[in-house]
Amino acid sequence: MNINLTLIGQAISFAIFVWFCMKFVWPPVIAALEERSKKIADGLEAANRASRDLELAQEKATQTLRESKEQAAEIIEQANKRANQIIDEAKEQALADGKRLRDAAQAEIEQDVVRAKEALRTQVSALALTGAEKILGASVDEKAHSEIVEQLAKEL
Amino acid sequence: MASENLTASSYIQHHLQNLTFGQHPDGSWGIAHGAEEAAAMGFWAIHLDTMLFSIGLGILFLWLFRKAAKKVSVDTPSGLQNFVELMVEFVDKSVKETFHGKNKVIAPLALTIFVWVFLMNLMDLVPVDFLPHLASLLGVPYFRVVPTTDLNATLGMSISVFVLIVYYSIKVKGLGGFVGELTLQPFGKWMMPFNLLLEGVGLLAKPVSLALRLFGNLYAGELIFILIAILPWGIQWALSVPWAIFHILVIVLQAFIFMMLTIVYLSMAHEDH
Repeated sequence: MNINLTLIGQAISFAIFVWFCMKFVWPPVIAALEERSKKIADGLEAANRASRDLELAQEKATQTLRESKEQAAEIIEQANKRANQIIDEAKEQALADGKRLRDAAQAEIEQDVVRAKEALRTQVSALALTGAEKILGASVDEKAHSEIVEQLAKEL
Repeated sequence: MASENLTASSYIQHHLQNLTFGQHPDGSWGIAHGAEEAAAMGFWAIHLDTMLFSIGLGILFLWLFRKAAKKVSVDTPSGLQNFVELMVEFVDKSVKETFHGKNKVIAPLALTIFVWVFLMNLMDLVPVDFLPHLASLLGVPYFRVVPTTDLNATLGMSISVFVLIVYYSIKVKGLGGFVGELTLQPFGKWMMPFNLLLEGVGLLAKPVSLALRLFGNLYAGELIFILIAILPWGIQWALSVPWAIFHILVIVLQAFIFMMLTIVYLSMAHEDH
């Protein structure tokens, strides 16, 4: 068991191996490891963010849906109200129109009645005069007796 | 066994002998035959087998990891990339748990130590006679395949770590701070020599314990494999299989301990007490 030059040879080769490992082996491998761990961390973070975004989007969608439902209900309600209003207005209009038509007809009828009465009265008075003339045999002065005949006509 | 007429002790010695290249005392250069010749070569000799396997395994590690690192993809990691990422992540986590400063060297250093030491330890699970026998067929007399059972290899690494400890201590705390740390505690400035002795021993114990722990564990493990290999061939499996399974734990654990202690020592070097 001799201590000899082997020791120095071994030390030199050791130094060279360490230098080579330090220069050409360690840096690329450790860089790849670090990059991978960074990538994984980034990926996890992105996944977290995505799930958070998804949650937010879902919340927003739900809210929008609720709002639009409310709006739709409101619109339907308004439409119903408006429809009822229109129906009511139409009814009122119809009633008013009917009443007016009826009134007009009534008035016309009354006028006709008055006119007929008038005509009848005139005819009756003429008839009465004629009758009286025939009975009396003489003509009655129309002018002189028109007052009486009027009165008679009015009493009819 | 290399040949039938070997005795048990010479077989063991043969297995524990590195392929040493150096200058013989007579001035000629060559491979040492036997422990005495290797010892006679002194410091200026080199274990060819240790160097071959440690550099080969280091290059295998870097080639494999570089291949994965070149076409690293963020989205679709392939099989090899998964494995490499697993190791890198494991080491990165270990470093971040222990070391809180900023340093670009420590994490790749820890990765290199862990994988490289693990691969060198893994050679222990290759059957003890397999590669040496192949080598002897090629005319190579000695062949130790587990670099971490060579104290030179583990000391070489731990001394490199020690140099880094001293370097970062001085870089972070300044020369004065480092010297102060060695001399002014635990007993205050009137006990400077004593403090220096205590702290110096503590500092030097780090690389020595780091190297000896790894070396001792793997050396003992290999020795047991060698001892099992001396037994009659029919019962070898009954011992070598459980020991190999247990040894899987040991080789990973020792690689982890070497890495972890390196991180701890270097983070201590960065911190003021």
